[in-house]
Amino acid sequence: MYTFSNKLRNLAFTFMVIGLAGLVYGFLSAPKTIEEAKAMVAASHHDAGHGEDHATTTTHADEAAHGSEHGAAGHAEEGHDASHDEHVFHQLQNKPWAALYVAAFFFFMISLGVLAFYAINRAAQAGWSPVLFRVMEGITAYLLPGGIIVVIILALSGFHLNHLFIWMDPEVVAHDKLIAGKVGFLNVPFFLGRAVFFLAGWTLYRFISRKYSLAQDEAGDDSNHVKNFRWSAGFLVFFIVTESIMSWDWIMSIDPHWFSTLFGWYVFASMFVTGITVIALISIYLKSKGYLEFVNDSHIHDLGKFMFGVSVFWTYLWFSQFMLIWYSNIPEEVTYFITRIEDYNLPFFGMIAMNFLFPLLILMNSDYKRTNYFVVMAGIVIVLGHYLDVFNMIMPSAVGDQWFIGIPEVGGFLFFLGLFIFIVFTALTKAPLLAKGDPYMGESERFHY
Amino acid sequence: MSNQVIHALYDDDDTLLSAVKEVRANKHHIEEVYTPFPVHGLDKAMGLNETRIAIMAFIYGCIGFTVAVTMINYIMIVDWPQNIGGKPSFSFLENMPAFVPVMFEMTVFFAAHLMVITFYLRSRLWPFKEAENPNPLTTDDMFLMEVELHDNEKELTALLKKTGAVEISIPENTEE
Repeated sequence: MYTFSNKLRNLAFTFMVIGLAGLVYGFLSAPKTIEEAKAMVAASHHDAGHGEDHATTTTHADEAAHGSEHGAAGHAEEGHDASHDEHVFHQLQNKPWAALYVAAFFFFMISLGVLAFYAINRAAQAGWSPVLFRVMEGITAYLLPGGIIVVIILALSGFHLNHLFIWMDPEVVAHDKLIAGKVGFLNVPFFLGRAVFFLAGWTLYRFISRKYSLAQDEAGDDSNHVKNFRWSAGFLVFFIVTESIMSWDWIMSIDPHWFSTLFGWYVFASMFVTGITVIALISIYLKSKGYLEFVNDSHIHDLGKFMFGVSVFWTYLWFSQFMLIWYSNIPEEVTYFITRIEDYNLPFFGMIAMNFLFPLLILMNSDYKRTNYFVVMAGIVIVLGHYLDVFNMIMPSAVGDQWFIGIPEVGGFLFFLGLFIFIVFTALTKAPLLAKGDPYMGESERFHY
Repeated sequence: MSNQVIHALYDDDDTLLSAVKEVRANKHHIEEVYTPFPVHGLDKAMGLNETRIAIMAFIYGCIGFTVAVTMINYIMIVDWPQNIGGKPSFSFLENMPAFVPVMFEMTVFFAAHLMVITFYLRSRLWPFKEAENPNPLTTDDMFLMEVELHDNEKELTALLKKTGAVEISIPENTEE
């Protein structure tokens, strides 16, 4: 049995407290009136010291992007009119909400990706992975609390407490023929109903599978295992449909004019690779603390292969989406990428380096995938890279060129990181780390490359 | 230098694998093992050097990538500037997304073909080459281990018998 060390628990609480403080600061510093917003934009343009104040919380590279953002804000300022001021005001008001939503969704997505990976291993009756089942079950424990937080944020949006989703505003829909045509699908009750339904379905599978997994530990026959196999296969069908619709709802609809037919797959690849990376990171951490003695280098090697392979798969989908839209250059589609390349140049291209080039070059060598140091290093870059990926999906439509990775964004990340660590490691203490009744356990323990 | 060898036939890959380990543990030199299919872990058991095909694949891929970039830059940008996707920028970098499929394909093409050619050269294989395996059964369901012989026929035969060989023979030296 694993015991949650006090050091890690304190670290998790520290992250949550710092993160919460950052989020509260973000909400308090958001402008209350249009005048305040104007003053803020003007200040960030004229005050040269502003960038340096934030230098402690961000990287130099971000600062450079911030500089160009100042330039863009400055141009806009010269030719501003009242509607532009109001637009900027809404963007600045959205900023702390978007910071909260990006981080909440990102950590929720990790546990959902792990759940899918777990179900695939169950349904494929994989022989190598049963030693990691308990780690995966620990990570999916975050699914329900994390999902509830995301649904609450969506509900608050539905009750007009924030304006992340502009199609929820009847005033906007009245003047927008495109959104008006989508009202049958994009309306608040149906949207929230879908969200609750998806989360309920995923949680139900997680609950049932965990129950059978624990029951199998003491069982004399394989009946629990067989039931788990059937539920997992069924879940995967449910998952790929609901995950796709979830990605349209929760992310794509932030930009209700734009659409991409492979968006569901793209979001799936992102959550899948992040989930697998987190399994590897947590397994290596537990191993370093003397647990999981039955996990050997070959298991880490296989996780490394998945990290490598799915990173390339993510790039393939990202590029397929990008190239077709870039090439065809249709105005209503291409605006999506023009905003990202002009206003988000650094996170947009930085993300590709972090999610593709770095894992490609680091994890290509077979020996590196067996070395914990390299897997952890690549893993941290992949996790941060996919945070940036979610950031790039949500921020441009929510806050436009007013983005910044500052106190609220880092705070949001730290808060949910702390919560994630706390819930996952608490769940790990609840059951033995070896699912000893699994019929493939012998094969998994002997697994070697 | 003796080039006399002894042949031991096995009918199971697991038996073969443990036999290889046992023969090596007794300080005999295994010349070669012939199997009808790749046996997992056999290279490690025989103590063969790690393959260098992986690093060559990387280098070949890099060559392919470079060829693609050079070629497409000359063809599409320098020699006959093209208006790509209605964006006549005539710059390699700005048109790069359109060239990615070509770069990818060329990388894979070079890596794959040069790897196969390298493998053939290193294993001295060419079309119509006569098979080298001493016993045609190794293309069917038998495994053959070839061990060097140094006037220790009796001892070696006993050892091979013990490891589960189904047939042991000393081929006549056919070399001229």
